[in-house]
Amino acid sequence: MELVNLAIRSIFVENLALAFFLGMCTFLAISKKIETALGLGIAVVAVQGITVPANNLVYQYLLKEGALSWMGLPQVDLSFLGLISYIGIIAAMVQLLEMFLDKYVPALYNALGIFLPLITVNCAILGGTLFMVERDYTLAESAVYGLSSGAGWALAIVALAGVREKLKYSDVPDGLQGLGITFMTVGLLSLGFMAFSGIQI
Amino acid sequence: MADNLKGLVKEPVFDNNPIILQVLGICSALAVTAKLETALTMAAAFTAVCCLSSFFISFLRNITPSNIRIIVQMTIIASLVVVADQVLRAFLYDIARQLSVFVGLIITNCIILGRAEAYAMKNPPIPSFFDALGNSLGYSVILVGLGVIRELFGSGSLMGVQIFPLASEGGWYVSNGMLLLPPSAFFLIGLFIWAVRTWKPEQVEKPDYQIHQVHRTEVL
Repeated sequence: MELVNLAIRSIFVENLALAFFLGMCTFLAISKKIETALGLGIAVVAVQGITVPANNLVYQYLLKEGALSWMGLPQVDLSFLGLISYIGIIAAMVQLLEMFLDKYVPALYNALGIFLPLITVNCAILGGTLFMVERDYTLAESAVYGLSSGAGWALAIVALAGVREKLKYSDVPDGLQGLGITFMTVGLLSLGFMAFSGIQI
Repeated sequence: MADNLKGLVKEPVFDNNPIILQVLGICSALAVTAKLETALTMAAAFTAVCCLSSFFISFLRNITPSNIRIIVQMTIIASLVVVADQVLRAFLYDIARQLSVFVGLIITNCIILGRAEAYAMKNPPIPSFFDALGNSLGYSVILVGLGVIRELFGSGSLMGVQIFPLASEGGWYVSNGMLLLPPSAFFLIGLFIWAVRTWKPEQVEKPDYQIHQVHRTEVL
């Protein structure tokens, strides 16, 4: 039950894109078409679902204060190395996923191809990991959090792409054309998602 | 040389602003602007990391093999962010708590990597430093502008000092709570973009779909 609650909260209420502004660069740049947005969304769900639990293991068993007690070093605190190790793990995981997909699921690899390397520098991925560390999730919680926050991000980008596909036929003032009106749209979407706040099961 | 450096610093602030024209680095920019204090701290941390990383990346550009350059750049940036994070925690603990994960997210800020790739890999250290400084200033201007508007009208104060006495405490100003919520940052940046593009019309984007103008006489 706790886990279902966590999933709902991270998809709707604490949506990474619309409530925390994470992954905004790709969110705005790759949301002109629903198809590409969907591809990127799926890639984010996959990467987020792998890296958040992986980083959770690293944090719990290597970096946290007292985490090295299984090696007989209870007073070592390596948490200042966190940022470097997380980004390293994310880069490595993305690379591994890319090689795995290339070998075993070429169809998916071709569909996601260009987006995978982009994801390394997507702040939603690193942000998910940092939130996991800040809130001190367990392994199960972090797996759920990774998948559902990725799903929330995917939902948001597909919704925005849907709006933008229709929006290109509308008569927008010159100065707002393109980027400006996209910001306004995201603002309205974000207002819409705020209506979910407070929902619990 | 001096004029050249001045141009490098000045150009990205308005003519080629990283946030409103290049759409880079918005990720961590919006969440920290509900208060001026956090916006200023974030801008300072960002400027330090961006300038130094461009400087060092450019310093090492001739001995960096091109196939592993992204990893080298990421390591340099991540180490500098770790330093910035530890300094903030040591000296400004309260603000560091409010900024939470967003200091760490400077690593994935696309402005830094973008500058490293586009400028620092091809130019000597000193111009790279000033180029990064200009881009950080462009970023900081937007951040501080948003911070001022959101804190002043959202809670009637600046840097925590009450400017407009709030109606809830017997004053005259009814605060606009909407400005403290995430969506307002999107609207404000949209308006910023509108204002800058009205001032400099050459930045206006071409529409994807040309709407056919029908004149009254054609219909009749």
